[in-house]
Amino acid sequence: MNPFRPPSLSLRFVPVWRRNFLVWRKLAIPSLLGNLADPMIYMLGFGYGLGSLLPEVGGLPYITFIAAGAVCFSTMNAATFEALYSAFSRMQVQRTWDAILNAPMALDDLVLAELVWAASKAALSGAAILAVAAALGLVASPLALWLLPLVFLTGLAFAALGLIVTALAPSYDFFMYYFTLFVTPMTLLSGVFFPVEQLPVALQALSAALPLSHAVRLARPLFSDEVPQGAWLHVAVLVAYAVAAFWLALGLARRRLLK
Amino acid sequence: METLSVVDLRKSYGDVAVLAGLTFALRPGECYGLLGPNGAGKTTTLRCALGLTAPDAGTIRLAGRPVPERAREARRRVGIVPQMDNLDPDFTVAENLLVYGRYFGLADAAVSARIPQLLEFAGLAGRANAKINTLSGGMKRRLTLARALVNDPDLLFLDEPTTGLDPQARHLIWERLKQLLQQGKTVLLTTHFMDEAERLCHRLAIMDKGRFIAEGSPREVIAAHIEPEVIEVYGEPGESSAAEWAKAEAGQFATRVEITGETAFCYLTESRPLLRHLADRHGLRYLHRPANLEDVFLKLTGRDLRD
Repeated sequence: MNPFRPPSLSLRFVPVWRRNFLVWRKLAIPSLLGNLADPMIYMLGFGYGLGSLLPEVGGLPYITFIAAGAVCFSTMNAATFEALYSAFSRMQVQRTWDAILNAPMALDDLVLAELVWAASKAALSGAAILAVAAALGLVASPLALWLLPLVFLTGLAFAALGLIVTALAPSYDFFMYYFTLFVTPMTLLSGVFFPVEQLPVALQALSAALPLSHAVRLARPLFSDEVPQGAWLHVAVLVAYAVAAFWLALGLARRRLLK
Repeated sequence: METLSVVDLRKSYGDVAVLAGLTFALRPGECYGLLGPNGAGKTTTLRCALGLTAPDAGTIRLAGRPVPERAREARRRVGIVPQMDNLDPDFTVAENLLVYGRYFGLADAAVSARIPQLLEFAGLAGRANAKINTLSGGMKRRLTLARALVNDPDLLFLDEPTTGLDPQARHLIWERLKQLLQQGKTVLLTTHFMDEAERLCHRLAIMDKGRFIAEGSPREVIAAHIEPEVIEVYGEPGESSAAEWAKAEAGQFATRVEITGETAFCYLTESRPLLRHLADRHGLRYLHRPANLEDVFLKLTGRDLRD
């Protein structure tokens, strides 16, 4: 059978999601701290430190500008770490996937569970940064609540991309390539820390193809009580990344595990 | 009740034929053993039977369903003890069972109600809240067995269930498997411990290089493939060499002689002449015993190391 046949989705993923949730619940506090510390430090450090030197960035106080970026950045990071390191542990090191595949579960159910789980954890991270930003008075209106579905969708896109890497990884070391070659450059090209318009034109074109850019373009207006321009296009790009990457990740996982 | 039947199963990886046409079927309520050296194809056979590896050719039916097409549903009726422990290290003993039950679509209340009984069976009563990393190797194996029973399966697959266990732990696993057979469960067991197979299996197949080279009850296989008695002869250090003795003299007493290092294995139907001969030989020790499955196994698969 062709490993890249379409995914077959069902609600059977729920028990596997619950398994991951139960593990997370036992370690929730260090896990949340780990997810939050980095983006929080960037947001507060750059926002207030650098922000005090800058008049306005993209028409906003720098702390407000970067808060929207930090929500997306935090979501991306949390989804990526979960889909890489944690999923790889379950697949390769602890052999949790083997145990689950011995039950009446298909690999499709299992990879879908990993996708939704990593997106859930990512959404929680994004939402926590949003809550901190709101507490600091950086959120203009309840329109910002649209960020909650946005961070979940962003989490799906980055979890799916991460699962591709996991399905290909021979060991943990392999993930370094993904961070160095993809995640870090994308963070700098996607308008998290400074407006994309500051980039040379060629890089702006590259930026327009990156999923994080689209998440940031949706998040930033929502912070300032504005409906994002071309919202559906940005949503469509994130959905397309999530679907295509999930399909590819599942195909690679089938090829790796069901041989 | 349909168990497992396999017809002309074939699987190759590249140019290597891992399974070269296997045909067998489990009878309800029996323990069927797959024996073979490392790399013989035992685990691949199990993976194919469970629908985790798609064969190149052949027909498989598991619990009344075609595999791999409807393998996922067929696995509802099967319990599996894998070769390598894959218990959830972050969970307690009871949580491992509860979470595994959910994969079968079982309600938490239904699994919780069964947990005391499963732990009792596994000799883990009172350990429900223990962490996995506090369990010994034998306890982990028994918990894995309990986990395989969480769905009350008709059919159990055990892939080398006692590898790495001490004798006490092995005997306890054997006792539990016998109880499960008494309850009417059907068991498919892979092992490379011949004493284990001889004790537990109603029927077994010895496989090598993806083929069955013998099949039947342990007694039948022994009777069909080897002389009934064995005398192992060892030289005493510095006195005499069993190998030299065997080359010069063993042939007149034994049907077949195998020499490995400083041990001569003499296979024979009539042991008295050789025993009388050995009684007068100083410097040679010997062990007289009935032939067993290990002798058959070594005869059929050779004494070379398989790594």
